[in-house]
Amino acid sequence: MARVWKFGSDVDTDQIVPGRYAPYMRPDADVGEAAFIEARPEFAKTAQPGDVIIALHNFGCGSSREYAVEALRRRQVGAIIALGFARIFYRNALNLGIPLYESPEIVHALEDGDAVRLDVAGGTLERLSGTGGVFALPQLPEFARQILQAGGIVPYVRRYGRFPGEEG
Amino acid sequence: MGRTLSEQILSQAAGRAVQAGDFVVVAPHVVMSHDSLTPSIIQILRSELGKERVHNPQQLVFVFDHVVPAATVGTANAQKTVRRFAAEQGIRLFEGGCGICHQVLVEEGIAQPGQIVIGADSHSTSYGAVGAFGTGMGSTDVALAWATGRTWLRVPETLRVDITGRFPPFTDAKDLALKLGRLLTISGANYMTIEYHGLEWLELGGRQTLASMAVELGAKAGIVPPDGLPRQYAVPHWLKVEEGARYARRLEVDLADLQPQVALPHAVDRVVDVDAAAGTKVDVVFLGTCTNGRLSDLQTAAALLRGRRVAAGVRLIVTPASSRVLAQAAADGTLQTLLEAGAALTTPGCGMCMGRHQGTLGEGEVCLSTANRNFRGRMGDPTSHIYLASPAVAAASALTGVITDPRSL
Ligand code: SF4
Repeated sequence: MARVWKFGSDVDTDQIVPGRYAPYMRPDADVGEAAFIEARPEFAKTAQPGDVIIALHNFGCGSSREYAVEALRRRQVGAIIALGFARIFYRNALNLGIPLYESPEIVHALEDGDAVRLDVAGGTLERLSGTGGVFALPQLPEFARQILQAGGIVPYVRRYGRFPGEEG
Repeated sequence: MGRTLSEQILSQAAGRAVQAGDFVVVAPHVVMSHDSLTPSIIQILRSELGKERVHNPQQLVFVFDHVVPAATVGTANAQKTVRRFAAEQGIRLFEGGCGICHQVLVEEGIAQPGQIVIGADSHSTSYGAVGAFGTGMGSTDVALAWATGRTWLRVPETLRVDITGRFPPFTDAKDLALKLGRLLTISGANYMTIEYHGLEWLELGGRQTLASMAVELGAKAGIVPPDGLPRQYAVPHWLKVEEGARYARRLEVDLADLQPQVALPHAVDRVVDVDAAAGTKVDVVFLGTCTNGRLSDLQTAAALLRGRRVAAGVRLIVTPASSRVLAQAAADGTLQTLLEAGAALTTPGCGMCMGRHQGTLGEGEVCLSTANRNFRGRMGDPTSHIYLASPAVAAASALTGVITDPRSL
């Protein structure tokens, strides 16, 4: 059983991991511990593997810092579901193999703290708390689906020997 | 049918005609990274991609700017690793103090019109100031570019801004950049290129200010058509504004009634005319960054500060964008004026922009900054506040200790 962590619009990557907590500044620390360390300290302390982040518009705007995504990967975030993502964050998350979906239906239906069961392979998100319900995860664009299926851009390039969109 | 500047540049690099929505794999002309992320990119190259050497060292350029000179043992050691790697592989490296990556690449003519410049930094949109397609990427994408010499991109749609008129007194490109944030919002150009038309007359520094802030609206790139650039930037014959290009959106902005703009904490699109923020007490005024640390910015501030003193209780921190800017400011008396007014000068580089050194903000402190983003806690403690404005508003506010309209002095 996983928990929903709900955020608003325009969550920037400085909120996910402040620059002062970058691996460059804290080479001996696990950047995963810094995930939302100032913006949402309960997340930093208690988020569990498989938990789902839900957000409104433009999640991950601002700095290109991949360590913000890396921090969420280390926390084994199951998926990020938003109304929309900022460009660099979207690409970084795919690259590191974090599933991310744009689904107004799920975003509007779910509340912070909801208990859910996420099934990425099966394409569903089930709410276990409150009024329940099973939601379909939207189809991803083909290139995104392929990168995620490979487990990220590095395994993708290793497997196919080419980039997305390149002739095989 | 005409093509946007992004379509032209990406078609040229891909060797076939492409349009918005297509995917391309291209060899970027330049792949930039700085001291803050290069250590992690080296690690990804070695441990995840299993490579010891980069594909083409000539493509790469390293600039030390984020924490310079090194502030901790950790940053010192990370910089050592990068220096050694650069020497082994024959990669150009600009040492700490040379300046901010985006300023150095433009000043040195490394970024050129019609090129593709990718950087491990979101403000790589800055290269659009010289008519390049500049875009920011994460460490893994950059590591892949090192390893293969190539990267993949989706050709973006373009949002065209048509600008008419000239800046009224005491306003400049920063006010326009903030005004665009206000009109378009923080995600208004997400996944798109912004083209800024009607600015043949604008000097390079102003173009850099605008292009650097394209990413604050979510843009993938921000390009000023390369007319009226200094001669060191060679515009290829195929790069020009074409009639009939398809734009996803158009916006017209008349500069005639532009007021000095201020972005309120903690979002770059919470922008108001300066009157609405005037009177807010500030602890620190920061003049610098890739958005506003150039000679013209320092000169604008110096013109207001000449013969006056910064208000008691206010720290004015000046961080030139490059050593060249610093040398020019020293030669023409600008620096003397700033120092006599009470400014503290730091090493050229990013300075306090990311809150890591050279002026990190404490609890509840208020900073008026000429930087490009004011996210909560970016410059230090999460209870601190960042207001963004032009060098003129910064200088006026440093003199009075509260946010001040430079026209009122
Ligand atoms: S000056 Fe600030 S915004 Fe510009 S590259 Fe440095 S840290 Fe980034």
